[in-house]
Amino acid sequence: MSNIPSELKYVASHEWIRDEGNGVVSIGVTDHAQDLLGDVVFVELPDVGDEVSAGDDCGVVESVKAASDIYAPLSGEVIEINEDLEDSPEMVNSDPYGDGWFFRLKLSDPAELDDLLDAEAYAEHCESEG
Amino acid sequence: MGFPMGNRTALYDKHLAMAAKVVDFGGWDMPLHYGSQLDEHHQVRRDAGMFDVSHMTIVDVTGSDAKEYLRLLLANDVSRLNTKGKALYSGMLNNQGGVIDDLIVYLMTEPGVTGEWFRVVVNCATRVKDLRWMAEHTAKMDVALTEQPELSMIAIQGPNAISRVKSVVSEFRGRLIDELVLFQGQESEGWFIARTGYTGEDGLEIMLPEDEAAAFWQALADAGVAPCGLGARDTLRLEAGMNLYGQDMDESVTPLESNMGWTVAWEPQDRQFAGRAVLEQQRLDKPATKLVGLVLEARGVLRPGQKVLVEGIGEGVVTSGSFSPTLGYSIAMARVPYATADAAEVEMRGKPVKVKVVKPPFVRNGTKVYS
Repeated sequence: MSNIPSELKYVASHEWIRDEGNGVVSIGVTDHAQDLLGDVVFVELPDVGDEVSAGDDCGVVESVKAASDIYAPLSGEVIEINEDLEDSPEMVNSDPYGDGWFFRLKLSDPAELDDLLDAEAYAEHCESEG
Repeated sequence: MGFPMGNRTALYDKHLAMAAKVVDFGGWDMPLHYGSQLDEHHQVRRDAGMFDVSHMTIVDVTGSDAKEYLRLLLANDVSRLNTKGKALYSGMLNNQGGVIDDLIVYLMTEPGVTGEWFRVVVNCATRVKDLRWMAEHTAKMDVALTEQPELSMIAIQGPNAISRVKSVVSEFRGRLIDELVLFQGQESEGWFIARTGYTGEDGLEIMLPEDEAAAFWQALADAGVAPCGLGARDTLRLEAGMNLYGQDMDESVTPLESNMGWTVAWEPQDRQFAGRAVLEQQRLDKPATKLVGLVLEARGVLRPGQKVLVEGIGEGVVTSGSFSPTLGYSIAMARVPYATADAAEVEMRGKPVKVKVVKPPFVRNGTKVYS
């Protein structure tokens, strides 16, 4: 069973969201997602300053096996990206909730936070996908 | 009620015990990786790794016409096998020259002796059609085809593969391994030990009775040989420029269109192997397409099915593509118009990306070799 930390929020497209306070969130992909992807070799992130809307595809994770879109789970402005992934994409596999984070958003509509899945609901979602 | 189950090799329980991620491969439950496909790839390039390839189909060809039979069946000529145990890579073609399968054939006896026989190893996904085609061609010949499903097959590959194997087998088998030249195998008390592989590294492929396979696998693991899955096998063979049947070639193309022209033995001219007439004509006319290597030194990964554009010449398609762990960027094989150029564009996620067109292989013995 994959690791699903209870203090994080999730979306069905397998991104996790950490509320950093002051309307800022950090975003990455879940342990379950990295396990499905296999070894990650490139991560293409949005640019700092990009405005994204919830559900937009805003980047790509390339693993040895497949390319997979990164979706913005919430709307807002990209204020920081994880530049270390350029040289060390394998951190997405080794530490998906820590060093393998993708980007941070300044939310334009913090109310969207209420639409996210909690750990239990996300675990059920993974289960239902088989 | 259980889940639908694929065929399982004698090493299936070992794979589970070694934390393999198991996937369906041609009807077999096979390990994709044991944690990290990239680590397994590097392990083979730098040290030694082992693969369970017991799903492959082994067919022994015996009878007084065995040699003549194979000379008509295969595009390469088994008369070239002039030493006991030597191996030959060949396409098995239909009458239109299309590739039914690619295979390895070993001469199992001294050449030309009474009782001369051969061992053929074909792909598992093509087993049924291969056996049907092979059986059809035995008519009026003294040939027997005998499958050997009770043999397991383990490939041990990498610069240290042979020394690691020698550390766990008998002294006798060790000496036998020392005597093998590249692309040669020898029998030893029910084992067949061959210096062949599908990775571009030195190493061995060992066929052995399935009830001995698990113990041998464990002994190799204890000697530091890393278990490797089909994922690493695919990136290793791609770097080595080796075709994958069903992806890089199939019955719709000939060896001349598939970077396999070197496997067609044109001489002697009176050897009427299946597909010969079509190949002769195609050699005169030049084939419409060819299989080339692509290199993307920028970010991104080439994938099968992506469209290739050779400016001013025409379109092609990526047949195999992945990330090259050894090179650190993406490589691919692609089918393109025969008159290709040294550069092309591949459409990746809606955007054209420039790639180099090269002749495979990309990597041999751990080092970049294309230019």
